[in-house]
Amino acid sequence: MNYHWNWGIFLEPVKSGDETYLDWLITGLGWTLAVSLTAWLLALTIGIAVGALRTTPSRLLVGLGNVWVELFRNVPLLVQMFLWFFVVPEFLPRDWSLWVKQEMPAKEFVTAAICLGLFTSARIAEQVRAGVGSLPRGQRDAALALGLTLPQAYRQVILPQALRIVIPPLTSEFMNVFKNSSVAFAIGVLELTFQARQMQEDSEQGIETYLAVTLLYFICAFTANRGMAWIEARTRVPGLIARSG
Amino acid sequence: MIEIRNVSKWYGHTQVLANASTHVAKGEVVVVCGPSGSGKSTLIKCVNGLEAFTQGTITVDGISVGDPKTDLPKLRARVGMVFQHFELFPHMNVLQNLALAQVKVLGRSQEEAATRGEALLDRVGLRAHAAKFPGQLSGGQQQRVAIARALAMDPICMLFDEPTSALDPEMIGEVLDVMVELAQEGMTMMCVTHEMGFARRVARRVVFMDHGEIVEDAPTGAFFDAPASARAKAFLSRILHH
Ligand SMILES: Nc1ncnc2c1ncn2[C@@H]1O[C@H](COP(=O)(O)OP(=O)(O)OP(=O)(O)O)[C@@H](O)[C@H]1O
Ligand SMILES: [Mg+2]
Repeated sequence: MNYHWNWGIFLEPVKSGDETYLDWLITGLGWTLAVSLTAWLLALTIGIAVGALRTTPSRLLVGLGNVWVELFRNVPLLVQMFLWFFVVPEFLPRDWSLWVKQEMPAKEFVTAAICLGLFTSARIAEQVRAGVGSLPRGQRDAALALGLTLPQAYRQVILPQALRIVIPPLTSEFMNVFKNSSVAFAIGVLELTFQARQMQEDSEQGIETYLAVTLLYFICAFTANRGMAWIEARTRVPGLIARSG
Repeated sequence: MIEIRNVSKWYGHTQVLANASTHVAKGEVVVVCGPSGSGKSTLIKCVNGLEAFTQGTITVDGISVGDPKTDLPKLRARVGMVFQHFELFPHMNVLQNLALAQVKVLGRSQEEAATRGEALLDRVGLRAHAAKFPGQLSGGQQQRVAIARALAMDPICMLFDEPTSALDPEMIGEVLDVMVELAQEGMTMMCVTHEMGFARRVARRVVFMDHGEIVEDAPTGAFFDAPASARAKAFLSRILHH
């Protein structure tokens, strides 16, 4: 391999401007974290709600939940990113449409966070539905028999158990959010992947650039994994042996 | 207290309750028995509206369960229920299990609920286990906690669906003792059970079901000594000689 290694490149200034390449990557990491964490909060909230709705006795709610899930999981994420960015604003009422296109602050960031959040919410909804479904039916009966309303039964009895069960699949979703956030570069979010491409072109040190970015993504996903493992350990119930039925 | 009149229920084309009628008066204990699949669980779950029924009426303390205007959570809060598989909430400790509905449904304070919960744990002999989780208790202990949890709501009547049939034989007695004591204190009880010794001791009447029908509804003595139907005779001889 005839390559001129230069690990010092990160501290060198960029061609035009007084930043270093490291500054670019740090900015990129910041946007990656911002998009990922915002999307994750959105995904958790909506995903748990939609997943729970899909297990209620109401056919209408189940149907709506199913539509939601199918909608977001059958279209590639990159295409969804473009849809949210280029297509959705066109279908908003005129005033809103203008506002989104011309005045919305951090338009790329907001669009990417919403898109990734909703996409991930469909996947979480699927896992939450399975988690609730794996609980014995008697748990719901017991909660209702005590006089709890159905929402109270979900809040106090069903979801606390179902969410504990789905922590392992949620962990990989959380890691996926960081990895999937790289798609946001396509609509111009200045996140890690975007910065990496820019640095590669500017510095012509592509290998160092992508190795560094790989390491940064790895650290994000790995930290997410350890964080979830910590939550799993903290919420473990003494003496609980899974019973399904 | 509990009035069941001409109740029928279908799952699609299969009829699981056929024109069932019976009642439980205040302070009375009625035992429901019958072969597996005869509709006992379905019937008892209709009483507090956990299962809907297709025809007929059920009233509890004068309130119609099938009436869409009835506030079912409010009614259920006054009707205790004990399940075959205990159904304690595994993510809460024993005292939290007892306190949850007292706080969320009856609006009691945490302290009130804990005091009441501890008194009931005392009564079922489990005061020392208040901080344990259900998974750390034996089946018999769990079922006694489940009974205490139902009693914590100060119910006007209690429903039991095979409370001892998931228990190892050596634990059945401790649960039946609690139930007998309750009966002797005058609690209104509808019990699905095959514990015929319990039935003989405390039941006023025995209801025998088969294929969704109430085949017999007789005073306890008469039911055991001279069952009227061939089906009840066959059932009794099977259950008493197993
Ligand atoms: N969700 C359901 N869909 C269709 N059929 C059902 C459903 N639930 C119960 N059944 C049927 O209803 C009948 C009565 O069931 P039920 O559980 O009330 O019987 P049981 O007398 O309590 O029996 P066991 O002694 O086994 O508990 C059974 O034939 C059962 O197969
Ligand atoms: Mg049953």
